[in-house]
Amino acid sequence: MSALETILVTVKRVVDYTIHIRVKSDNSGVETQNVKMSMNPFDEIAVEEAVRLKEKKHAQQVIAATIGPAACQETLRTALAMGADRGIHVVCDDPSLPALHIAKILQQLVAKEKPQLVIMGKQAIDSDNNQCGQMLAALLDWPQGTFASEVSVSDKHLEVTREIDGGLETLRLSLPALVTTDLRLNTPRFASLPNIMQAKRKPIEQIPLESLSIALPKPPTTLKVEEPPARKAGVMVADVDDLVDKLRNEAKVIP
Amino acid sequence: MSDTLRALVVAEHASGVLKPSVSRVVTAAAQLASSVDVLVMGDSCAAVAKQAAALEGISRVLCAEKAWLKNPLAETSAHVVKGLAQGYAYILAPASTEGKNMVPRLAALLDSHAISDIIAIEGKDTFKRPIYAGNALATVQCHDPIKVLTVRTTAFAPAAESNTPADIASVDVTDIESAATFVKQALSESTRPELTSARVVISGGRGLQSSDNFKLLESLADKLGAAIGASRAAVDAGYAPNDWQVGQTGKIVAPELYMAVGISGAIQHLAGIKDAQVVVAINKDEEAPIFQFADYGLVGDLFEVLPQLVKKV
Repeated sequence: MSALETILVTVKRVVDYTIHIRVKSDNSGVETQNVKMSMNPFDEIAVEEAVRLKEKKHAQQVIAATIGPAACQETLRTALAMGADRGIHVVCDDPSLPALHIAKILQQLVAKEKPQLVIMGKQAIDSDNNQCGQMLAALLDWPQGTFASEVSVSDKHLEVTREIDGGLETLRLSLPALVTTDLRLNTPRFASLPNIMQAKRKPIEQIPLESLSIALPKPPTTLKVEEPPARKAGVMVADVDDLVDKLRNEAKVIP
Repeated sequence: MSDTLRALVVAEHASGVLKPSVSRVVTAAAQLASSVDVLVMGDSCAAVAKQAAALEGISRVLCAEKAWLKNPLAETSAHVVKGLAQGYAYILAPASTEGKNMVPRLAALLDSHAISDIIAIEGKDTFKRPIYAGNALATVQCHDPIKVLTVRTTAFAPAAESNTPADIASVDVTDIESAATFVKQALSESTRPELTSARVVISGGRGLQSSDNFKLLESLADKLGAAIGASRAAVDAGYAPNDWQVGQTGKIVAPELYMAVGISGAIQHLAGIKDAQVVVAINKDEEAPIFQFADYGLVGDLFEVLPQLVKKV
């Protein structure tokens, strides 16, 4: 009998991390039309960790969930191709709901699927909030192991090593528990072609957001999105002497 | 601003020393509220509370002292802050790993949206924050009665020291059973400053070619009192440990001087150094994108340049 029957893992569709993003000319947001989209890198690590726990017989099934418009199903298929068993797609028009809304929606999914462990990316690389996991853990009154670089499972506990400023911290969490992933946790696999084909036959349940009837508090209003101030053009220096002179006398950043 | 607005700053400390980030959060809080309290949590708070009380602009220091607050856990800290939250219009903490761990948990308990990583205050409820790793800046308006914020401390100046220390008061805290327990901490034993708060950062990239060659950065770092960082490419190649990684997927740094040695300048790396005041690039490839970003560029073989630099700075 494995310690965890079900692991729920969450995935978000974001602008691919290699893309140089463009701010829309009306300052309403960042251009996401005709831009390469991928699974949030921290979520890939979350899926990988969940699948590995299943492969090590610590868990019996991995459910992947996403929230957003129809296109998010692609991201869910990627999770299924990596080894998740089935998907849940909470369908809504907004591709980037605020973290508190996401947490409240996931709270309902947890109530329905009763996982013993939820694994999420520590942050999405578009909104950079780093909030969802902590919020969901609060709503569930579960312990949280954020920014995890190592997770080990014992009978009724998890031991989570966390990346903190200046080093590492290890916590012991009683189950059920929530973990958010940091970069060092693992290296996600590439889905093989047979697995991608197989993933097309794995079930995805679609749940319209309206059907969940959750009270969602008024989200923060984004008034403006702008480019950061441009750096002034730099200069090339001829040699080390020139560089040291500029740093000392012009920029005044070395004594 | 209105007399009725009060702010609570959640302090961080280690080994009896108040972290310098707290004083910068106080600066942000003082821009929002007419009265700023600082909360110190721990098993023994007196020394830290005294340091906090000496900050200019503080009304009171609150001490929550419990044996179970010895090691800050999000579960216990969020519980304590929630108990004190009523009456405050703002709750702020540094956007450190500790703050980022606790603050969203607290926000959800208060049914508030948290606003992460604010870099500027545009109004009582309006904040500027980086998104897409600083490649865009969003101005957001928060509608929650208690606004819960983490502050990017490099964006705010430290508060001054005050001649008249604020009052220190202890606060009652109800006990809580935490389903998380602290096991251990392993802090890296470096005499160098921490990457995210260093005045000078020297980072190496794949151009260094091996982990041994990363040692070449050390003598320069020693002379300049610098922290050492690395590009993701160098980390992926195994030349440098992951906690040295600077960039979108690593640490965001904001030093006065950033030196990129043998780093080509991938978008994801540049995203982590946007707030650096002066960027120096040393690379043998004159086409490297880092030169478009740097204030001072030097085309040359880093194995020749580095020893010369060490001699001359």
